[in-house]
This record gives sequence, structure tokens and C-alpha cells, in this order.
Amino acid sequence: MELSLLTGRSIDQGCGKEHGKLSEEYRKNVAICQMNPEDMKKLQIREGENVKVTTKFGSVVVKAQKSRSIRSPRVIFIPYGPWASLISPPDTGGTGMPILKGMPATVEVTTEKVLDPLDLLVHSYGKEKSSVRD
Amino acid sequence: MPVVSNVVCPVCGCCCDDLEVIVENNKIIDARNACALSAAKFSNYSAHRNTKPFVRKNGKLVEASLNEAIKKSAEILSKASYPLLYGWSCTSCEAIRAGLELAEEVGGVIDNTSTICHGPSTLAIQDVGLPAATLGQIRHRADLIIYWGSNPWSSHPRHIERYTALSEGRFQKGIWRRLLSRLSADSGRKKRSIVARLVFKRGSLALPEKEQKAQYAFPSEGRKFIVFDVRKTRSADMADYFVQIEPGKDYEVLQALRALIRDEELDVEEVAGIPAETLEEIADLMINCRFGILFFGLGLTMSRGKIRNVEAAIKLTRDLNMRTKFLIMPMRGHFNVTGADTVFTWQTGYPYAVDFSHGYPRYNPGETSAVDILRRGDSDAALIVASDPVSNFPNEVTHNLVKKPLIVIDPHMSLTALMADVFIPSAFVGIEAEGTTYRMDHVPLPLKKLVEPPGGCLPDEEILRRIAQETRKLKR
Repeated sequence: MELSLLTGRSIDQGCGKEHGKLSEEYRKNVAICQMNPEDMKKLQIREGENVKVTTKFGSVVVKAQKSRSIRSPRVIFIPYGPWASLISPPDTGGTGMPILKGMPATVEVTTEKVLDPLDLLVHSYGKEKSSVRD
Repeated sequence: MPVVSNVVCPVCGCCCDDLEVIVENNKIIDARNACALSAAKFSNYSAHRNTKPFVRKNGKLVEASLNEAIKKSAEILSKASYPLLYGWSCTSCEAIRAGLELAEEVGGVIDNTSTICHGPSTLAIQDVGLPAATLGQIRHRADLIIYWGSNPWSSHPRHIERYTALSEGRFQKGIWRRLLSRLSADSGRKKRSIVARLVFKRGSLALPEKEQKAQYAFPSEGRKFIVFDVRKTRSADMADYFVQIEPGKDYEVLQALRALIRDEELDVEEVAGIPAETLEEIADLMINCRFGILFFGLGLTMSRGKIRNVEAAIKLTRDLNMRTKFLIMPMRGHFNVTGADTVFTWQTGYPYAVDFSHGYPRYNPGETSAVDILRRGDSDAALIVASDPVSNFPNEVTHNLVKKPLIVIDPHMSLTALMADVFIPSAFVGIEAEGTTYRMDHVPLPLKKLVEPPGGCLPDEEILRRIAQETRKLKR
């Protein structure tokens, strides 16, 4: 089932970022995918399960969360942050701005774990550059 | 306990200036009047920071002296032929001015976070203008308040309370009472429906359709509050009327409203999932208001249509001004993103994406904007100030950012800072350093210094001036 991925701010993402981008608070509030309960039923996804969200540009594992604010079918929401950026399109169509709301995406249940920000850096840029200070 | 009053909040574009911060022994104990975002910043700002400069040696970030870090930064920038200087919306106007000077000195491209925020709005405004006012005017006079593709409850938590629907203006009163009575009626309806479901074991948690409609009767007088969005956000819950748009179809709805306002008829039954009847009702409300305001957010700039969506929204207000008074304002995110645009414009003539590589300022978003430069892999070094592009830019483009020498000036230990070749910790503007910020309506406000920064953390402005000085020395 093809879904439309929206990214955006949420109050928990805003507060989480003030706790530090490496904090558990941030990961808990940003590495999530909010979905319409009907879509979750159709895709057999349960609240809190790890899901793999895939777009043309990659895939990322986040936690599924029921959302009462998403009433349209086939719409999912991931807050701004390193998890959403992993699957965002780089093309700006000559405007400077990529389309960050309304990307085609698919969602499936996975047993893979949600990476924390440091693992994401290693995953994206390799061990050498992302080796943090001792 | 010493209380510092009239503190301007350094979080979102609302720049609330009524905070009272309690400071004891150079520590912030509490921030009164703060929203959730502001309280989170004031109570956690010092918990996850680094106060030492770092320079990458043999692949590892190792502690260095401030002088060494500044010299290394100057070396990187003076060697680079096309450096990118990015960030700027979370620092003071004074630091931005120093950054522009440095960009000109090193012949680089300087871009601020507008580029992946309200950049398309700026382009649309350059095409068709912007009928605007200060938030004070809106608070006292607006009788029709519309948020389009914006969720202030999450991104600007005190916007509704301080400037729009819930604010007590001189000529317009807040809608507190109406909102509270509606919320209690809603909760009564929900309880009845749960009881009915339990007793009769049928029906659902959702309200019957008839009752759902009933809660959307427009009040006959006073302020009216409408939210247009693709999600029913918390802000939408507070509104008198929530209009749900099918994702990616804002442009159609804006143009349909324009047609209705010019007394044309729609020959379709619905537009983007909204019945034509509803749109007619809203068009009537718009025409009959005395002072309307449309706040728009990233729902318009980041979805399909981008610039054209914003252009249609501004043209809608322009059409409405033939019939009544109507204004429009972008909901700017970071506390000084408006200031970044303003300082860029007064110094170079352009609001963002300014290229100094020819020796004079050149502006062509899509070519000289940060995401495009990184995507093409054109820049050969970068200086990031008070921003975290590694977290927020599409992953494909950040590969080109971290591959090249990267300097980061930031009070936070962000993901970009972790990938840096030189990291210089700075003081938090508005907490540990003073400066000027511009509110989203272009009103400049002074940010206060509340506590001393930890030893070794200088304000962004001073760090930038010292890097520029070193760069000049190297160039001679």
C-alpha cells in the first residue's frame, strides 16, 4: 500500500531537542511514525511496534504510533529529525526547497531495531569520519 | 530571589517578551510565563553541551585551545574556493552581520535556514508582495483568524494566546469562554457515546455524524477562528471550524476560494475533499469580516506547489482587500530567522542564498541555495553556525557536507558538531549573550544576557570576528 509521508514539527520533538539530540527523550519523540488507526489495522501494525518506512531514497526503522490527528487514509507523519532526513528527497526542483510533505512511502513491520543518533551517523557516513572523540 | 523581567524568549518566531526568569548563583531556577518549548530550553540548555573546542586529528575529535580552533577555521576557509556558510537563524543579528562580513572576505556562499523553511514564501513575496501588519494590530483588531498548513499549538505554543484567537484585544475579545463551553459539550458527547457503546454493544467511539456537524456552527458574533490543514492537529481542535484538505491540494482550495470571492460559481461539488457549500460559507465569512488575517506555515511551502501555493494565498488576500481588510503572515520558525533574512537583505540586497564568489552578492535560489550546492557537491568547505543540517537536510546531500572540511560554531553538541573537523562552543544567545532578534512580524527585540557563559564560551559574534581577523592575516 502506497502512503503519503508528511514530516513536520511536533511539540514533543521541540521539547526533546532541548534535552539534547543524543538524549533518550529526543529519540523517543522523534524516531516515530504516526499513522491512521485504520491503516495500521490494514497493514497489521500494532502500536509501539518497529516499522520500516521506505521511500525512493532509502529506508529507516522507527516506532509506529497511533494518531487521532491523521484522519485521511494513507497518510503518515514523522517529525523532523535525523530519522526523517534519512528518507527525504534531495531534489529541490530549482527552488532551494525539497518536497518534505507528501512523499510516496511504504511501511512494513520489521524486527530491526531503531538506531540511535550515533549509530545513524556510522550507518550514513561510515566509521572513519563519524568516530566521535574518545 | 532575583527575578529578571521582560525577558525575550529565544525559541520560536513568537519571541514572547513577557518572560520572568529567576536566576540564582549564575543558574536559571525557573522561567515564568514560558511555554513548553521555552521551559524545556531554559531548564535543559546547559545539561547537554560542550564547553571545550575540538579539532579533528587522525580521524578523532581531540580537545584544542580556542586559539588553535580559530586558526584552524581560518586556514580551512582561506584555502577553500567555494565555502558554504550556513545556519544563522538561532543567533543574534550582530553575529549574522559578522557572518556576512566573513562570507564576503572568503568569497563563499552564505545561506540561512529560510532555505528549507519559508524560502518559497520569500520567493512568492518577491513576486506578489505581502499585505502585513504587526502582531499587536492583529491582537487588537482581527475578527477572522485563519491558520493554513500551520500548527501553532506545536511550533508556536503561545501564538494563539498572545496574538490571536485567545488574546484579549482592545476591540476584539478572546474566545476562551466559547472554547471551554464547546470542549465540555464535546466531552459530554463523547461520554454519552461511550456509554451507549457499552450498554448496547454497538456503534463506535466516533461521534454520530449529525453531532459532529453540530459542533461546527459558526458563532454569530465575535472573533472567528478557522484552521485549514491535512491533519486534525491540536490547533484544529481549538478552532471554530476545521477544514480538512486532501494532502497536496492546497493550491486548488485557495484558487476555489479566490473564484468564490470574485462572485464566480464553482461547477464542481467538492474541491480537495471539501464540499463546495463549505467553501461558499467560508468565502462569505471572509468577505464579511472587518479585519481578517491568514497565517500560513510549512504546509504550504513544503508540499507540492511550494511557491505557487504561497502565491495563491497572497493573491487570495489581495482579492479580499477589494472587499474588506485582510492580511497575511508566514509563521516563521526559529526566533531570529526573520532577523537573518532582514540582516542579509540590508547588507547584500537579498534575503538568503547569497553567493559572494564573484566578489559581489549574487542570488539565485535553486542554484546558490544550500541544499542545491551540497547536492551538486560544489562547496569545498563549510562553516555551520547555530544549526544542525546533518539532522535536518536530506541525507543524500549531507554526505557532501561531511566529506569536506567542516567547521561548527554551536552551543549544542548536535549531530553536525559530532561530524565536524573544528568545533567551537559558543554562548547561548538570549541566555548567556545579548543581541537583537526580529519577531515574525519584523519587530526587533533585545535579547538579554541572564547568566555568565561557562569559561571559554564566547558569543557567536566574537568568534566570527576573530575567524575573520585570522583569515585576513592569512590572505596577506
